Amino acid sequence: MRNIWSLVKKELRTYFSSPIAYVVIAGFLLLVGYFFYSLVSWFNAAAIQMTQNPYYAQQVNINEMVFSPLFHNMTIILILVAPLLTMRLLAEEKKSGTDELLFTSPLSVGEIVLGKYIAALIMWVIMLGLTALLSIFAFAYGNPELAPWLTGYLGLFFMGALFIAIGLFFSSLTENQIVAAFLTVVTLLLLLVLNWATSSGGGSWKTVLGYLSFSEHFEDMTRGILDTKDIVYYLTFSAFGLFLTHSVIQSRRWR
Amino acid sequence: MIEVRELTKKYGELVAVRDLTFTVGAGRIWGLLGPNAAGKTTTMRILTGYLPATSGHATVAGFDVFEKPDDVKRSIGYLPEVVPLYLDMTVTSYLAFVAEIKQIPKARRKAAVARVVESAGLGDVSRRIIKTISRGFKQRVGIAQAMIHDPKVLVLDEPTIGLDPAQIREIRELIRSLRGEHTILLSTHILPEVTQICDGVVIINQGRLMASGSLADLAASFEKTDGVLVRLHRSGPEEAALFRGLPGVGKVAVEGDEIRVEWNRGRDLRDDVARLVLDKGLGLKEMRSVAGIEELYMKIVAGGLEQ
Repeated sequence: MRNIWSLVKKELRTYFSSPIAYVVIAGFLLLVGYFFYSLVSWFNAAAIQMTQNPYYAQQVNINEMVFSPLFHNMTIILILVAPLLTMRLLAEEKKSGTDELLFTSPLSVGEIVLGKYIAALIMWVIMLGLTALLSIFAFAYGNPELAPWLTGYLGLFFMGALFIAIGLFFSSLTENQIVAAFLTVVTLLLLLVLNWATSSGGGSWKTVLGYLSFSEHFEDMTRGILDTKDIVYYLTFSAFGLFLTHSVIQSRRWR
Repeated sequence: MIEVRELTKKYGELVAVRDLTFTVGAGRIWGLLGPNAAGKTTTMRILTGYLPATSGHATVAGFDVFEKPDDVKRSIGYLPEVVPLYLDMTVTSYLAFVAEIKQIPKARRKAAVARVVESAGLGDVSRRIIKTISRGFKQRVGIAQAMIHDPKVLVLDEPTIGLDPAQIREIRELIRSLRGEHTILLSTHILPEVTQICDGVVIINQGRLMASGSLADLAASFEKTDGVLVRLHRSGPEEAALFRGLPGVGKVAVEGDEIRVEWNRGRDLRDDVARLVLDKGLGLKEMRSVAGIEELYMKIVAGGLEQ
């Protein structure tokens, strides 16, 4: 456990001692801030119109009209951001030869993989925490429901956990960071659109693709529904990514 | 301290190390000598637990490399061929991180860092970011990280490669100063490095053991003949014929502007050779012994020798 923490500290120091952390966090906040701003503006205009009509007035809901689309937009941004956080993690160690230091130290491969993973996850939590500050305005000037907001953020956390596990896996495959990042983006985009095929296909194939795609599992969470099925999806696929990463490193050493 | 028995490593079809057996005693500096691609790095990577072997045994500091890898890793310090540096860290914070993952207790880490900064001569650069320091200092940082947990065994892969002559001398001094406290195995493809700082040598080529033992033993057992190279005012066939007339002399040959005079080991004809040169007034420019181990190494590298 202490070994993992040593590695986490080192990774976080690396993020913040290079421009990576600042550039990625700033860009992410800029995009999320812009989306939040435009959604709130649209919501204001729409809410004024809708309250004219007693039927629609019932349906004015800041959670569904602002936060739910915002969370969806954030997952799209995350598809581009997660590879930036993960591409370096293992590829760089291999390229610069520092993996020889790690693997000849009394650390297990599992500890190394987890140390890297947790560090990237902490970065994601920091980024999420900063975007949560935006919501202070919504809570100060409106009355959104807390539960869907919380489950939405929980969903985003799980989403990051999954994306980072996938990114870490691709970082273990190559010593080229760009290749690692690109493969991660491709895979994440595929996972995003897998459920589109379900609208045309049918039968069990449709069910499988729908299950594999992360968007369906995220949908409920943005509405305040916490289903164990979704949580199991995120946890198992994240764990699977870490397991694959572990196997890649082990097999490379045994080859 | 280091024992290797019948070690073999295959990468698919390619056999990098074949049936390697050698021993290094405690407190000694041994060289692992061989041309490029001889299997030196592979051997070291197996000893340090970076790579598993295909077959064979290896023990370091009494621990089996394959059964007790963590114990081995704790008792070994390793400088890989490519120095494993995090270029964005300062020298001190890098060494502190290494101290942490080598599991030095927190209370003793600071002292450990200070000790290696001192012994590797890093005092002036300890606060600098690693990418801004010179190649020679980077190499010292590499040696410092290998020593930080005060390991019994140091494995140094090509510690002087890519350095300028002054830096090479400094690093050799540094390594020599560690003799006694640590058992050191260093790899090199440069023979003088072995003859200058090592007590013994393991010579490998194409993954096979060619020779191993202390330098003196090796020279004695491999060279049945002793001899000198003489450079004269004129080193031609007539002069060579004169040497051939000396009693006890074996082979005499003209090699470039030198004459090689050999005799069977056990007697010393140097005085006789010198007296002949003076008596005949041949104009001595230089006379030196045929270096046994150098000959041996050249034969091995040229592929002319199978043990």
